Amino acid sequence: MNTKYNISSFCHIKNNQVSLNGSVIFSEQHSNFSDFIKAAYKAQNTKYPKFFKMDHLSKLAFIAADVLLKEQNIDIEKENNMALVFSNKASSLDTDLMHQKAIQHKDNYFPSPAVFVYTLPNICLGEISIKYKLYSENSFFIFEYFNAAHLFTYTNSLLETDKATSALCGWVELEGDNYEAFLYLVSKEGNTEHNKQNIKTLYNT
Amino acid sequence: MNKAYVSYNNIISSLGFSSETVVENIHNNVSGLELMDDKNVLPEPFYSALIPSEKLEKGFQKLQPKQEYTRLEKMMTTSLNEVIQASNIKLNERVGLIISTTKGNIDALDENNPFPKERAYLNELGKSIKEFFGFNNEPIIVSNACVSGILAIAVAKRYMQQNLYDHVFIVSGDVVTEFILSGFNSFQALSNEPCKPYDKNRTGINIGEVAASVLVTNNPEKLSIEAVEIIGEGSCNDANHISGPSRTGEGLYRSISSAMAQADMSAKNIDYISAHGTATMFNDEMEAIAFNRLQLQDVPLNSLKGYFGHTLGASGLLETIVGMHSLYNKTLYASKGFETLGVSKPINVIKETTAKELNTFLKTASGFGGCNTAVIFKKIKSK
Repeated sequence: MNTKYNISSFCHIKNNQVSLNGSVIFSEQHSNFSDFIKAAYKAQNTKYPKFFKMDHLSKLAFIAADVLLKEQNIDIEKENNMALVFSNKASSLDTDLMHQKAIQHKDNYFPSPAVFVYTLPNICLGEISIKYKLYSENSFFIFEYFNAAHLFTYTNSLLETDKATSALCGWVELEGDNYEAFLYLVSKEGNTEHNKQNIKTLYNT
Repeated sequence: MNKAYVSYNNIISSLGFSSETVVENIHNNVSGLELMDDKNVLPEPFYSALIPSEKLEKGFQKLQPKQEYTRLEKMMTTSLNEVIQASNIKLNERVGLIISTTKGNIDALDENNPFPKERAYLNELGKSIKEFFGFNNEPIIVSNACVSGILAIAVAKRYMQQNLYDHVFIVSGDVVTEFILSGFNSFQALSNEPCKPYDKNRTGINIGEVAASVLVTNNPEKLSIEAVEIIGEGSCNDANHISGPSRTGEGLYRSISSAMAQADMSAKNIDYISAHGTATMFNDEMEAIAFNRLQLQDVPLNSLKGYFGHTLGASGLLETIVGMHSLYNKTLYASKGFETLGVSKPINVIKETTAKELNTFLKTASGFGGCNTAVIFKKIKSK
């Protein structure tokens, strides 16, 4: 089928570890997500104060993207037509619960725009786009499980119709202290062919 | 590549339970927006357009449901059923299901809601719709803020052109909830009068609810009388701000450019724009800037928010359906609530419903997260 594009790199964040292309680049035991992702952010040495305003899902997606894109030495002053194709199961439920808590009782009513704006899963795509100046195709999908077939089909469509020249794809799932990110970059670089089986294999790495 | 068409369609809304009834009401300048005063939902009175519950229940019970369904599921199922029936397509492995929503059954998170909290997972909503009709394939749920409804059409086309499906049913919907109203209110974005997109005296948005469904197909034998061809699409980010649109309209500009390049069209080939027009200062201004950058300032344009309010994840699909009927009826519908131009760049807002021969239209939407989507449609049947 498509032999022109490859999976040029991939990143996992789970179980208190961040790994790049299968090798652990950061590992530190924390009992909650909040502390872990802050430590991972510091280790990344990305100076980006906006990170602290993000909700948990955006922090997770942001760090995974940052690990991959930093390695690519992307020049943000140049046009990078990189599509974002993300997915998960829980949508923005983690932040939805925070907003719900703020409106549940009329005697303790404190809805806030800073929380409400994150009650959409695609906000994390916006955060990554802002940081890396990606004025490109972006979409967020919800599936019950990690769906390699879907990610493959949709990404292929964008590349074949010249809507994008590369794509950052994957799964960013977060609920309370349960988290898992798997992002991979599809481009003309690298040797691992972009196909369903390889996406599945790397996801399970 | 195979062509992709938007065919049979349905709207369940405050203005009626079929696309034809809804469009007739728009033709007659009827709005579904009403003043609501319910302190359980919002401390202040607000304008909204709600689906009449009794009528919904009656329509839904005709489908002989075997278990309990949420309000949103009833809306979506009733709407999608009409389109499946009209299409007369067997739901086999070549038929896809796309669900477009921003918040799904978010009301299930409320302590006073009879459904379990788990119902708020969007994949549970997907499962519920899939199983009701017996679709073979897993639903593809598009949740990309306020562009979801129009993005779903682009996604359907892309899936078909990857040769995965011959037909895709799209159902979209969101309900008016305390969750949504309190959030928009915290942004001070809600208007306490009927919204006035692009108008000098506009005061913000109204939130409304609809369910809308369509068949997207590659089969020329499966076309409804008002069917259109999807000839170009694009969905680009502003890369600017997560809750405010870009001041230069960058993402919208790029989305439309991408759609026009694919359709091999220039501004002069676009007969009508069904714009987003939420009636917030920033959104309307951003759109006017983007349209001017593309030389689209003279193309007749409307926002349909004055009839339904902003219906979130359904709005893009709802407005596409009305656009299809606009082409078929050879009519430009008035942008309700508009009197005096209130944006800094000239745009051609439709003041009065007028007859006009139309062959193409552009549908656009923009949303939180800096997302934008544009799709261009072309008439295929003339009458």
